[in-house]
Amino acid sequence: MGKPSDLVQGTLDLLILKTLSLGAMHGWAIAKRIQQISSEVLQVQQGSLYPALHRLEQQGWIKAKWAESETGRRAKFYSLTTAGRKQMETETANWNRLSAAINLVVGEV
Amino acid sequence: MRWLNRLAMRLRMLFFRGSANAELNEELGFHLEQQIAENRLAGMNAEEARFAALRAFGNPVLLREETGATWSWSALEQFVHDVRIGARTLSRTPGFALIAILITALGIGASVALFTVVRGVLLRPLPFPESDRLLTLYERSTPAAGGGDFPHNVVAGGVYAAWNRENTSFSSLALVRDDSADLSASGGQLPETLNGAHVSWNLFSTLGVNPAMGRGFTSTDDSLSANGTVVLSWSLWKRRFGADPAILNRIIYVDAKPYTVIGIMPAWFEFPDSSTQLWRAVYHEFPEKVMSAFDNHMFRVVGRLKPGVTAEEAEANLSVISRQIHDSHLDNPFVAGEANSRPLLEHLVGDVKRPLYMLLAATVCLLLIACLNVANLLVARAAARHKELAIRTALGGGRMRLLREHLTESFLLEASGGAAGLLLAYAAIGWLLHTRPDMARVGAIHFDGVVAAFTTAVVILCALFSGLVSAFNTDDTRLLGALHESSRSHSAAGKRARLRKTLLAVEVGLTVVLLMGASLLVKSYQRLRSTNVGCITDNVLTMRMKLPGKRYKTPGPAPANFFETLLQRVRTLPGVDAAGFVTGVPGQGYMGDTGFTIVEHPPLPRGNGNLAVYRAADPGYFAAMGIPVLRGRTFGDNQKLDPVSEVVISESFAKNFFPGEDPLGKHLHIMDGNKVRMIVGIVGDIRYEIGEAPEPMLYHPVFAGDQNYGTLAIRSRQDVSQLALPVQQIIQSQDHDLPVSDVLTMNQLLGKSTLDQSFDATLISSLAVLSLLLAAAGLFGVLSYVVAQRSGEIGIRIALGAQREQVLRGMLADGLRPALIGLVLGLGASVATTQFIKSMLYETQPLDPGVFAAVAALLIASAALACVVPAWRASRLDPMRVLRME
Repeated sequence: MGKPSDLVQGTLDLLILKTLSLGAMHGWAIAKRIQQISSEVLQVQQGSLYPALHRLEQQGWIKAKWAESETGRRAKFYSLTTAGRKQMETETANWNRLSAAINLVVGEV
Repeated sequence: MRWLNRLAMRLRMLFFRGSANAELNEELGFHLEQQIAENRLAGMNAEEARFAALRAFGNPVLLREETGATWSWSALEQFVHDVRIGARTLSRTPGFALIAILITALGIGASVALFTVVRGVLLRPLPFPESDRLLTLYERSTPAAGGGDFPHNVVAGGVYAAWNRENTSFSSLALVRDDSADLSASGGQLPETLNGAHVSWNLFSTLGVNPAMGRGFTSTDDSLSANGTVVLSWSLWKRRFGADPAILNRIIYVDAKPYTVIGIMPAWFEFPDSSTQLWRAVYHEFPEKVMSAFDNHMFRVVGRLKPGVTAEEAEANLSVISRQIHDSHLDNPFVAGEANSRPLLEHLVGDVKRPLYMLLAATVCLLLIACLNVANLLVARAAARHKELAIRTALGGGRMRLLREHLTESFLLEASGGAAGLLLAYAAIGWLLHTRPDMARVGAIHFDGVVAAFTTAVVILCALFSGLVSAFNTDDTRLLGALHESSRSHSAAGKRARLRKTLLAVEVGLTVVLLMGASLLVKSYQRLRSTNVGCITDNVLTMRMKLPGKRYKTPGPAPANFFETLLQRVRTLPGVDAAGFVTGVPGQGYMGDTGFTIVEHPPLPRGNGNLAVYRAADPGYFAAMGIPVLRGRTFGDNQKLDPVSEVVISESFAKNFFPGEDPLGKHLHIMDGNKVRMIVGIVGDIRYEIGEAPEPMLYHPVFAGDQNYGTLAIRSRQDVSQLALPVQQIIQSQDHDLPVSDVLTMNQLLGKSTLDQSFDATLISSLAVLSLLLAAAGLFGVLSYVVAQRSGEIGIRIALGAQREQVLRGMLADGLRPALIGLVLGLGASVATTQFIKSMLYETQPLDPGVFAAVAALLIASAALACVVPAWRASRLDPMRVLRME
């Protein structure tokens, strides 16, 4: 149980924020979307997804609203707050810097 | 904006926690449904789809908990949850909880009470501004020239004057001398004797205190020619003068002389001690001769250091001045050549410091023992619950979570114990203030924030200690073993018992240290009380009086006549066997001394002298007190007023100053009064203070009329205290304005002077007995536990033919081993710790073999007593019953 082995530590928050920047969606959809966009490489387990969502909500980066889902059942939809959008930009910049740096090192060898 | 969102979120999580939980359930349920739906689309049937989804989902409870843990307040929520669980588990075993709380309350209560006292008396600064700059100054008299060994000698008036004039280190120097003061009968009130002080005019300003009403002394008040002025304490003003502000500028009679009341000191002000009720100007009270003498040591000096000057520099500065005085009076052996100093606080609390720290150390020992006992109880509980804990760990209970539960439980115990202990400490402090109002700075003792912080810290430390010891004893690497373990397997139980035995050994060791300290102090106290002070102490009544100098001039016939008439009348009282009058009876203290030379001896080398304790007595005093006249006789009947020519010396005086010589008929030149007297008798030694070796003593006839104070001693065959009233009536009829003080039997007087020792010995003994009880209870508990754990094994052994008495012996040995190890540890530690109380012991060696043996015997006996019941129970086990239970 617990941490997805195939996700770099701490990147799940960024993935969620990025996914939500496309629009409001519920937990299931977020997991599916990440899976799709990453061409099935990134599998987000519920065990990490929901704690992460709730943590982001507590920090005020995303907010939640109960609404009807596409199947007509009540679901909790998450969307970015203004602060969350800023946070996403900072984290994206960080990620770009970090991955570029890693690429440089890895490419060098 | 974001903080506003977060605040809203926090409030929502605080107040709508239930709905948050419901929403989380619904959210996770939705996820599960989506998964099932997806699985159905992939072609599974309903049943398969559901199971596959659940498998992928993992442990829903854990997921809920992990998500919940991200919410605000989750730490608080978990804490409340833990407290609830802890309270519930504790209330399931109320006996255990009660015992643990009681033990903790004792330990915490005792140490909080002692800490409160230590803080009030020793740690809290004096209530004067910049009190760290206040010093008490002394002269340092060295024994080299026969001037006596007094490293902290009181200061002569002339030396003070020189210090005051020439020093460069103090912003001001003040004089104090405590003295009794007799208030005359007035306004329908009886005369009474109070403790007062003579002070130089600048004492109050040196301390930095102003009178609450009126004014302090000025330099013009502080001279022989000035009118008498007096400053009253707040309590005297309230009690005797009805808190009437009109008393200011009115005249009251002290020692039969008129004084104008010029000021009232604030209620909190107590100096030099709490019994001081009025202050008079010192230069107004003492003749110029006294105030300018260099060898008449009489006063305490208080100085306020100039900013930036250290105590050492100031002391050196005064020493230079003293040295100059000394060098210009080389022929006088009683002029000291050095100064000495102590912080004022240390001077005021000097005597109680070591006993208080000793008692604090003892209570900390008791607290530690209490903690060990609680830890021991918790370990036993953890052992009893270890299967439950193993199951919880197997079901995913986190290690931290279980540890936290342990800590919460011990925290609950310690906090309840701490609360009860605080009440206990409060009661103890009340009792102390009631029984020892004479203790230095007793008024400064009260509960405050620091004490509260101390209590909290002690509670937390104890909780951590007891909790961690028991928690780390729960070894969850052997989880499976615990689950497998049947009641017949003993390895883990054995290991737990081992830890408990280690704890016990430490506990016993600490107990031994306490017992050693207590036994030594008790023994020392018994020695002290059984000391022969050199006179009869049973059925002897004493009372002190001081004739006012105004009406009874010294030297002169008035005091002599008064004492003579008094003795004659008292001796004819029915029931009185004998009566005597002396300036100081044994046990009343050093009082005073005098230098002297022996006329028949060659003159001493320049600068050397002889010193003896000086008393004035009537001829019948020795017989009345049962002090034997060893050679010669007491004063003749003609020894009154002018023709006085005789003195009596004590045995050690004869030994010291007339070795191998007959002192009778020799003459002494006595410096006090500059007179020559012939030795007519040698009497037995007495101790001026219980616990002090007899000093050479010189008795002068009191009927010479140069002393106007002293103690009347009356001996009777019946209950002597019944004579107090008739004797006081005689005194009243002779002078209706003469108060009598300290009406005490000799045994009360000696008891009072050993109050400190008896107090210390009693307190530390009760602490030691408590810890012995705790240690014995601990031994009993552990051995009972071991017996319960091993009952199966013992049953089998008995069934196979083991002798019951062999079982008994085995179990006893098992229980006694930690006690013996502890005993050895404790005795070893005592060798070091008893050195600390060495200076508090009277005629008792810190390594007294008798005390060591007694403590060891007492401990082994208690341990055996604690072990014999469970061991006996083990040997009585019915093997059939035990084996059936398996």
